[in-house]
Amino acid sequence: MRTDLKIIEQWINSGSHVLDLGCGDGTLLDYLQREKQATGFGLEINQDHITTCMGRGVSVIEQNLDTQGLGNFEDHTFDTVLMTQALQAVRRPDMVLDEMMRVGREGIVTFPNFAYWKLRWYLMRRGRMPESETLPYKWYNTPNIHLCTFKDFEALCHRKDFQILNRTVVDGEHQDHWLSRLWPNMLGQIAIYRITRKNG
Amino acid sequence: MPESMPTDSVGIVTPQTLHFDTPITLACNRTLEQYDLVYETYGTLNADASNAVLICHALSGHHHAAGYHSADDRKPGWWDSCIGPGKPIDTNRFFVVSVNNLGGCHGSTGPCSNNPETGKPYGPDFPVITVRDWVQSQALLADRLGIQCWAAVVGGSLGGMQALQWSLDYPDRIRHAAVIASTPRLSAQNIAFNEVARQAITSDPDFHDGHYYEHNTLPRRGLMLARMVGHITYLSDASMGEKFGRELRDQAYKFGYDAEFQVESYLRYQGERFSETFDANTYLLMTRALDYFDPAYEHDNDLSRALQQARCEFLVLSFSTDWRFTPARSEELVNAMIAARCKVSYAEIDAPWGHDAFLIPTPRYTDMFTAYMDRVAREVGA
Repeated sequence: MRTDLKIIEQWINSGSHVLDLGCGDGTLLDYLQREKQATGFGLEINQDHITTCMGRGVSVIEQNLDTQGLGNFEDHTFDTVLMTQALQAVRRPDMVLDEMMRVGREGIVTFPNFAYWKLRWYLMRRGRMPESETLPYKWYNTPNIHLCTFKDFEALCHRKDFQILNRTVVDGEHQDHWLSRLWPNMLGQIAIYRITRKNG
Repeated sequence: MPESMPTDSVGIVTPQTLHFDTPITLACNRTLEQYDLVYETYGTLNADASNAVLICHALSGHHHAAGYHSADDRKPGWWDSCIGPGKPIDTNRFFVVSVNNLGGCHGSTGPCSNNPETGKPYGPDFPVITVRDWVQSQALLADRLGIQCWAAVVGGSLGGMQALQWSLDYPDRIRHAAVIASTPRLSAQNIAFNEVARQAITSDPDFHDGHYYEHNTLPRRGLMLARMVGHITYLSDASMGEKFGRELRDQAYKFGYDAEFQVESYLRYQGERFSETFDANTYLLMTRALDYFDPAYEHDNDLSRALQQARCEFLVLSFSTDWRFTPARSEELVNAMIAARCKVSYAEIDAPWGHDAFLIPTPRYTDMFTAYMDRVAREVGA
């Protein structure tokens, strides 16, 4: 089990109704269904992933966040809305976050930190858009069109009046490390945030 | 049949008939005192009868869904692409039941059957049957076959409507419903096409108000026209373009009104063949069943309220170029399922063949269908 998924699992109550945006092959939902008796859906657009989800008994809906949004889900439908490693790839991350907080009580978001020291160093030394094992694309073909730093994300949460309940920072292998806890925005590669609306 | 039987075929199959002499009360408040249902089965029912899958047929379908009736058969059953050993509905694991619906013209009691009260064919006096009536009769068939709960009820188009109705009327007797290329109700445009088909039939002088059997004739032209207009709605503009384009049967225009374009002769051929093998009164009945299907109707037009009765899991599939029952109609159904907190998986499959795509195997479709049914099989220990 990947460390980030283990961390997420701790933040999900037993029997929760969850929505996983960009659920991939359904690994997380499958795990939550078995270990936490969770119910809910995954949204996905990759048809191979959809097939895998169907085969393992994960309820999956083909739905594109960018073009279809979450308009088909009513307010406060889910206990938790998850989005792992997809925030940076959507057209309007701010609006997706709004929608997450509309349909769910809590949100769990993971994304790569663009202020990670190696990326800063790459840009400073070479003057080129950084590439790394977590961000292995060229600037022109990357699906990651809205990269941000932990500080940026927290500023957005503040502006939107979202409360950050937890934040865990891990490295590229999703391992927790004391260094990244010491200075997350410089030393952390991937952040896992748990957020909620301030006024319930 | 091919020279040798393909290994993924269910092989030679024989239809069976069950007679029911307990009266069945229909949605129209009329009663059929007795009736026959003809059906086929593929595979073996397991000891606890947990591996049964019901196949529901569409408008012009019947019980012969897979395999061959004889070594001389040119074509296998209508859904042979999806039913057989190693196919999505794997007959090595499932016991598959495929029934000709009440009101049909392939052996189950319908308008062309003899009315025991008069000794003559029912004709237009045969009651109008609804999707709900079909599901009721299928449940009675399940009782006779010793099937308390279906592992899955599966259908495309009108068959998908029956799968959906099953989930509402017998929530405890169905684990999974696969609703493929279907819709929660017809649109005005869908009904309009059906009306054109019905008008074509009823305005044929050979129709004789539905009593054509007694006049030893068939409303061939009407049924042919009905099939032609229906057939257009089953294909896509692109697939017709691909298949026929503007190709002529001969080199040049003849400045007349015979079938000069290939697409014209294709439609005429399809229509003519159909008019010889299908019963016109059944066609009217089936199109009406389509029109009336609307599970939300009894729930203030709130589909999600209707779906709150359902307890099974759903697989909903649509096809990108289906303009008869568009992906948007499937999404409407899926959204109502989400609101009703049903377990549902949905995908829109990219396929160029329009509505007919549900009958044509493509890797994406086959893979998804196989993955889902494999999981159903595992769940029921098949």
